[in-house]
Amino acid sequence: MTDQDVPTSQEAVTGTISDEVVIDITSMNKWFGDFHVLKDINLTVYRGERIVICGPSGSGKSTMIRCINRLEKHQRGKVEVDGIELTDNIKKMDQVRREVGMVFQHFNLFPHLTVLENCTLAPIWVRRMPRADAEETAMRYLERVKIPEQASKFPGQLSGGQQQRVAIARSLCMEPRVMLFDEPTSALDPEMIKEVLEVMVDLAESGMTMLCVTHEMGFARQVANRVIFMDEGQIVEQAPPTEFFRNPKSDRTKLFLSQILHSEA
Amino acid sequence: MEGRGHIVHEKAQTLPPPVMSVGIARWLKDNLFSSPSNVVLTFVVIYVLWLIVPPFLDWAIFDAVWYATSRAECWDTGDGACWAVVVTRFDQFVYGDYPVSERWRANLAFVLLFVALAPVLFDGIPWRRHLVGFSIAYPVVAYILLIGGFGLPEVETARFGGFLLTIVIGITGISASLPLGILLALGRQSDLFIIRVLCVAFIEFIRGVPLITLLFVASTLLNYFMPPGTSFNLLVRVLIMVTLFSAAYLAEVIRGGLQAMPAGQYEAAKSLGLPYWKTMRLVILPQALKISIPGIVNSFIALYKDTTLVIIIGLLDPLGIGKATLSDTTWQGLSTEVYVFVAIFFFLCCFGMSRYSAWLERRLHTGH
Repeated sequence: MTDQDVPTSQEAVTGTISDEVVIDITSMNKWFGDFHVLKDINLTVYRGERIVICGPSGSGKSTMIRCINRLEKHQRGKVEVDGIELTDNIKKMDQVRREVGMVFQHFNLFPHLTVLENCTLAPIWVRRMPRADAEETAMRYLERVKIPEQASKFPGQLSGGQQQRVAIARSLCMEPRVMLFDEPTSALDPEMIKEVLEVMVDLAESGMTMLCVTHEMGFARQVANRVIFMDEGQIVEQAPPTEFFRNPKSDRTKLFLSQILHSEA
Repeated sequence: MEGRGHIVHEKAQTLPPPVMSVGIARWLKDNLFSSPSNVVLTFVVIYVLWLIVPPFLDWAIFDAVWYATSRAECWDTGDGACWAVVVTRFDQFVYGDYPVSERWRANLAFVLLFVALAPVLFDGIPWRRHLVGFSIAYPVVAYILLIGGFGLPEVETARFGGFLLTIVIGITGISASLPLGILLALGRQSDLFIIRVLCVAFIEFIRGVPLITLLFVASTLLNYFMPPGTSFNLLVRVLIMVTLFSAAYLAEVIRGGLQAMPAGQYEAAKSLGLPYWKTMRLVILPQALKISIPGIVNSFIALYKDTTLVIIIGLLDPLGIGKATLSDTTWQGLSTEVYVFVAIFFFLCCFGMSRYSAWLERRLHTGH
């Protein structure tokens, strides 16, 4: 692989990473029936880190980040978020989920509520914020994702890119300490991917701790401080993006990169 | 042209849509005379209507007798319907045996019913927030007005009858069975084994038994279960049975709506930290109930009409009053008039529910 594969047009995001551990996963295993989806996952995430997770489909990327806010239950090993261990204790789970925002591939906005109501729902009912304050916060984040003029519309009236930006704003309104992105641009038309990625870059620049499952390698190069490659339920390789793209160590990573970068060019 | 590229340098103009010819003539052509077979169908229907409608109108209105003291007098006066039977017995059809001096209480409860329903059914009502308080208090108000207390003399529920009885059973059944149905539907989907099994058992049992059977149980068997000496009002027992019966059906209708919800909605709510009940109340139920509106209203209409079954345990609903009227020698043989009249009452109520649900569906449409 040559240097030309690495775009230099966009400036890389450089944020400060503290040594405070936000997520600590040790020997996590999970099965779907007989199928061993996650095999001995070990991962420590520090405050301010921007991690991109890539890998072929079915490699367990989404399942892994869904275990972080317990949308999926791990069966063996230990997951700690902000020092709270994930167990069946529902109260503690809600406490963890409040601090961990998540953006989904299919947006999952609440179609019966307006954009503004989507954004104020959790702050009002979970954080018990007064309505006026919640609306003010919501408008601030809607402005940040550049969509304040759509506040009174319903999600069904927006484009995919706009919906995904609302979904990001909705998560941010809870002022989470970590943001999880599960293939946020995979369901979008090509011309809408950019507007969502711009919002995510902006978020990374603000110092948000982010874990992002995505196939957008340009985004990984620009934003990530660490790229994780997963295959068949394992973390195969992790490295800073420059090293990861220029000098992949394992054969599986090389194969994956040659396929994905070929199609990108 | 072949093989050559094609480039457009100017933007295409934006034009208004073509003007459709409008008006009655156009509508008739599009809807009634669009094809030869449609023309034939239209004329056949017109012919059939011409055969049916004028004679019916003659019978029901133009040749009808409105005032008479007996059937014989009716038949001497005209060839049409003898509405005199309904006019004479109107108060009985409305109130049953409710004491004449206390009927103003039933009237007042009926008027207040609309005041209580308005803020629940329509969200554009002024002072809605305050009126909802009244809606919540209404059952107590209605109870005191209809049965007595606070200085109002007591009226035995055995004297309730006619439309009054239908409305009491119908409205109570509808408003009590909806929340119960929602709880049963949620219970059936619960992660907690015991709750799930109890809900499934209840729903399946109630659905597997005819309402008439339940009403018989209500009128006789329940007494055996109760400690000796407790007298349990028959109307209350009927209300409980009708409510349970309707709730079981509603639970299944609502379960259909719940199952139509994409998993992503639950996940989004969870990921925001919303606990179970808030997720249900704020995210899942508003959408699931909206999908279920046609089925829910269907159940309500069925319940409302099923209230007539109380006749078999001796309560005098409109059909009961009708039967009593027809067994009176003065009015014998006028069953058509009596049943048409009762049918009109039920049709108006049920058609009203149907229109409301259609309106509500349009009102809740948010473009998804």
